[in-house]
Amino acid sequence: MASDRLDAPALPDFTILKRLARDQLIYLLEQLPGKKDLFIEPELMSPLDRIANVSILKQHDIDKLYKLENKPIYSNSEQLCFLIRPRVKHVKHIANLVNADKKAGLSKKYKIIFSPQKFYACDMILEEEGVFGDVTSDEWPFYLLPLDDDIISMELPEFYRDYFLEGEQRWIGTVARSLNLLNTIFGPMSKVYGIGRCAKMTYEMWKELLEDEEVVQKERKPDLGLVFMIDRDVDYITPMCSQVVYEGLVDDIFRIKCGSVEFGPEVTSSDRSVKILLNSQDKVFGEIRNEHFSNVFSFLSQKARNLQSQYDKRRGMDIKQMKTFVSQELKGLKQEHRMLSLHIGACESIMKKKTKQDFQELLKTEHSLLEGFDIRECINLIEEHINRQVSPIESLRLLCLLSLTENGLIAKDYRSLKTQYLQSYGSEHLLTFSNLKRAGLLTEQTPTEALTAVESRVGKLVTDKAVGKLTDAFSSLAKKSHFRGISKKLGLIPRVDGDYDLKTPRDMAYVFSGAYIPLSCKIMEHVLVRKSWAGLEEVMRLLNNIEFSEQLTERNSFQDSYRTIVVVFLGGCTFSEISALRFLGKEIGYRFVFLTTAITNSARILESMTETKS
Amino acid sequence: MSRLKGDEEDYWHASKCKAFTFEDEDEDGLYQLKESKRAVNSIKAIVEDDDDEEWEKFTWSGEPVGSISWSIRETSSSRGPESRNFAPDKSRPDTSSSSYSFPRPASFSSLFRGRSKPDNFQSLSDALLDTNSKYIAPELRKPKSEYQDYSGDWSIEESVRRMQRGKMCSMERFRSLKDKMMLLDEAVRLHDGNVITAVLIFLKKTLRSDILFRELKIRQVALRHFIHFLKETTDQQLLLQLLRFLEWTEELALCKYREHLDIPGADERRDFLKNKCLSLPFSPEDATHVQDHYTLLERQIIIETNDKHLEASGQELFRKHPRKASLLFMPLVTTLFYCCIYHYTEGEGMFSSPTNLRKTFKIPEKLYVLTALAARAKLRSWVDVDALFTTKNWLGYTKKKAPVGFHRVVEILHKNGAPAQILQDYIRLVEDADMRISLATKYKCHDVVIDTYRDLKDRQQLMVYRCKVDRGSPEEEKIDNILSNMQIRWKN
Repeated sequence: MASDRLDAPALPDFTILKRLARDQLIYLLEQLPGKKDLFIEPELMSPLDRIANVSILKQHDIDKLYKLENKPIYSNSEQLCFLIRPRVKHVKHIANLVNADKKAGLSKKYKIIFSPQKFYACDMILEEEGVFGDVTSDEWPFYLLPLDDDIISMELPEFYRDYFLEGEQRWIGTVARSLNLLNTIFGPMSKVYGIGRCAKMTYEMWKELLEDEEVVQKERKPDLGLVFMIDRDVDYITPMCSQVVYEGLVDDIFRIKCGSVEFGPEVTSSDRSVKILLNSQDKVFGEIRNEHFSNVFSFLSQKARNLQSQYDKRRGMDIKQMKTFVSQELKGLKQEHRMLSLHIGACESIMKKKTKQDFQELLKTEHSLLEGFDIRECINLIEEHINRQVSPIESLRLLCLLSLTENGLIAKDYRSLKTQYLQSYGSEHLLTFSNLKRAGLLTEQTPTEALTAVESRVGKLVTDKAVGKLTDAFSSLAKKSHFRGISKKLGLIPRVDGDYDLKTPRDMAYVFSGAYIPLSCKIMEHVLVRKSWAGLEEVMRLLNNIEFSEQLTERNSFQDSYRTIVVVFLGGCTFSEISALRFLGKEIGYRFVFLTTAITNSARILESMTETKS
Repeated sequence: MSRLKGDEEDYWHASKCKAFTFEDEDEDGLYQLKESKRAVNSIKAIVEDDDDEEWEKFTWSGEPVGSISWSIRETSSSRGPESRNFAPDKSRPDTSSSSYSFPRPASFSSLFRGRSKPDNFQSLSDALLDTNSKYIAPELRKPKSEYQDYSGDWSIEESVRRMQRGKMCSMERFRSLKDKMMLLDEAVRLHDGNVITAVLIFLKKTLRSDILFRELKIRQVALRHFIHFLKETTDQQLLLQLLRFLEWTEELALCKYREHLDIPGADERRDFLKNKCLSLPFSPEDATHVQDHYTLLERQIIIETNDKHLEASGQELFRKHPRKASLLFMPLVTTLFYCCIYHYTEGEGMFSSPTNLRKTFKIPEKLYVLTALAARAKLRSWVDVDALFTTKNWLGYTKKKAPVGFHRVVEILHKNGAPAQILQDYIRLVEDADMRISLATKYKCHDVVIDTYRDLKDRQQLMVYRCKVDRGSPEEEKIDNILSNMQIRWKN
């Protein structure tokens, strides 16, 4: 691999997407002349913050800003503008506000701006509540938010539950339009690979959009060459593993939200919390984000020493040199110093938390599950976790990992673990278990005969010729993950003689301490290297044969662009996967651009499976 | 796991998956961190002169850092009760309290903090100027043609396509069932969930529900969308009707059961579980869970009422260990823990007695012992702890037995600050000698370490250990006595 090593191509500049979104918002605001108050739904605040600032809003006559919450509002403005995700709940809330104003004899102007698009169900609510017409609406097609040089997020965490649990396909069109937008600006992309039902549907919708565009694309050098789409449920194993690369750990512990993280007093060693952006602009972070946590300490101490010596330079300087030092270097050094002390604080805090929860033992259990050893012992440990009321999400994560690697729990274990879980964390988790079963995350092994019976029953039900295939909900019942077989075929568990060198890793397994190569990333590697699905027949059979590849354009003369790949994660992508693919990119001279419906991890996936009061 | 102190680099290379350790925080890993921290802190002196606001206005590429969310959170807390009497008074001057007006056009954060900052404000025109050649104008205005062809007679395919593009389209023309279903099938064929829902809304309005149900039953994708639509619009009644029609009995039961989450009152929730849920067609396994759920809540209500009285009357236990929260809606294990704290000695006849809970809910021995142990150790009631593990055999001899392994017991005792003597007694009960030694070393129970080495006849280790204890201490003396004992046949 190393002999014909190519340099990865440079990344295109995605900041244009921010500008585009900003201009679109400004246009919408300009449609509403006069002073107005703006109500923003909480989940849109951070994304909005990334592309605009207050002065821009003020320039366009926004008077006051509010967070939209489910309670009465107090505004004396004549015009109210609401910026929301297209959720029935929000629309109902707004309709109530309007009706209350009407009752009080107030007449105001109301405008809802839906981002990234409006759904028909929202209009229906406005109509039913009798406020259609009183309230006008618009769409702000803010699909893509570049979180970093190589990460573009749609910031739609609900995509996961909507599609993979409820079987709701309303976001698929949104993803297709996003791809189309990317293609218009940075394309034309030449080929698409995909795996998963959702990926296939997304591709088909995108294809329609491509066909609609009659514009003849001139031969220009594309910035993006290939697309690889993957459904989250093709690989549930990876997001259920504890993350041990720095960025993943920070996400698991502090929760990175829209590219920024809030470090509490335990990190800043002051009484204040500090919120910072985590991206490649932060040089210290840029160098440690993809590292295995164990390498981070030595890196940070090296960095601290360097910094020290750079500061020391000022000793023995004359006035003139000092002046240059202060004006040119000091600012950069100060920033670096701040970041360094924050990351050191974060590491300390991570160490403390992980020591407390017996992380070592936990990792050992995960590795055993991945390799299929000592399953009984693992079950005992999980049981103990449950009995001791360790965090409900952690226990659930281990249960899911057990189920996913073992092809479901045997009936006796399933019953006993479920009972204990309900006893420890509350009976209402009955609903959580039902959801997990439906999504295929935590299942009970079905005796083969029973399974066939179910399949034939389902088969009879599904005569829907238009679809011609089982729905996700039912197929998950019949789905056999066969992780062991897949793992063996793809060599997901590296065989190492002696020790796995985490400092200079040789494969993507380093993101899990050398114990496991992320399945999602391994599939991509395989396909990209061979430029087709060939050789993966057996694995694909175990994954229900849901792969495809299509040529989008005639082969162009820009060979280089084939090496920039947009990886689309439908249902979320983890930082571990991002790190693994960045590593792979360096190895084989490819550049990956991540397009994800949201950044995810085990906690986010599992929390979305719980039921809360409506 | 052997470690080379002072040579961390090698250590991190050292072993496969074990290379990464979080144990022993005062050692290697943290050592490095602490070093780095010291180095960084020493630099602080020359950085300190800054104004300490620098953290917040720290920007990359000129954007305010994480401000909207932060600032609005600020607003809501600072607004507090004030917002209630915020009169619609336009002339009211914006002073410091009106943190949601714009003090100065800087960042969202400065807006809400009411603290003014120098303007780092980038005007729109600036932003537009630096567009590059690839700049793509947003599709600002829809082409006129779209408004012209508003009321055409679209075919089924065309209608669905128009809807997919978000264009107006009336479905009223499709009146025959066949047309309606073709419309639905076409929407499903194009995969667009939004359009599928739009057609379903139309069908719901224009078809009798049982006819719609019948058609949906053979169209799974559409069915899923309809179910989700009903959930989202909280049309519980129609949803239950649909599930009944489909004979999805378990889904039906769970769907009804879910309603309890929206009932805030304990009594109402209990009654709902009792009257509406117990008879639902759950799987046999889930039926037991729901029964338990009801029984538990019923008990909690009784115990809570009772204990509130005791608490108010100043009963000693409640005074010494004040309750932190209400018992209502807590999981079973938490309830058991609670009862082991406040009602440990009660007779089995009482609802609040741990023994009663154990029997009623068939709590496994292991879980019971662990929970009781944690509770009694927390109260430092070592006699009760002892009793938990003491069993009598038929000859009347007593013996210590634990369903969880004594190393776990030791851990829990240590966490709850058990005195050295108690800890030592339990460490002695750990069967595995290696584990016993490591625990005893960890908790500094020298006697146990020494005795274990003696029993193992391991003179070398004993001599090594001698170096670790204090000079002239009783432990050293004890080791010396053993080492000089001629009767022991040392293995080394």
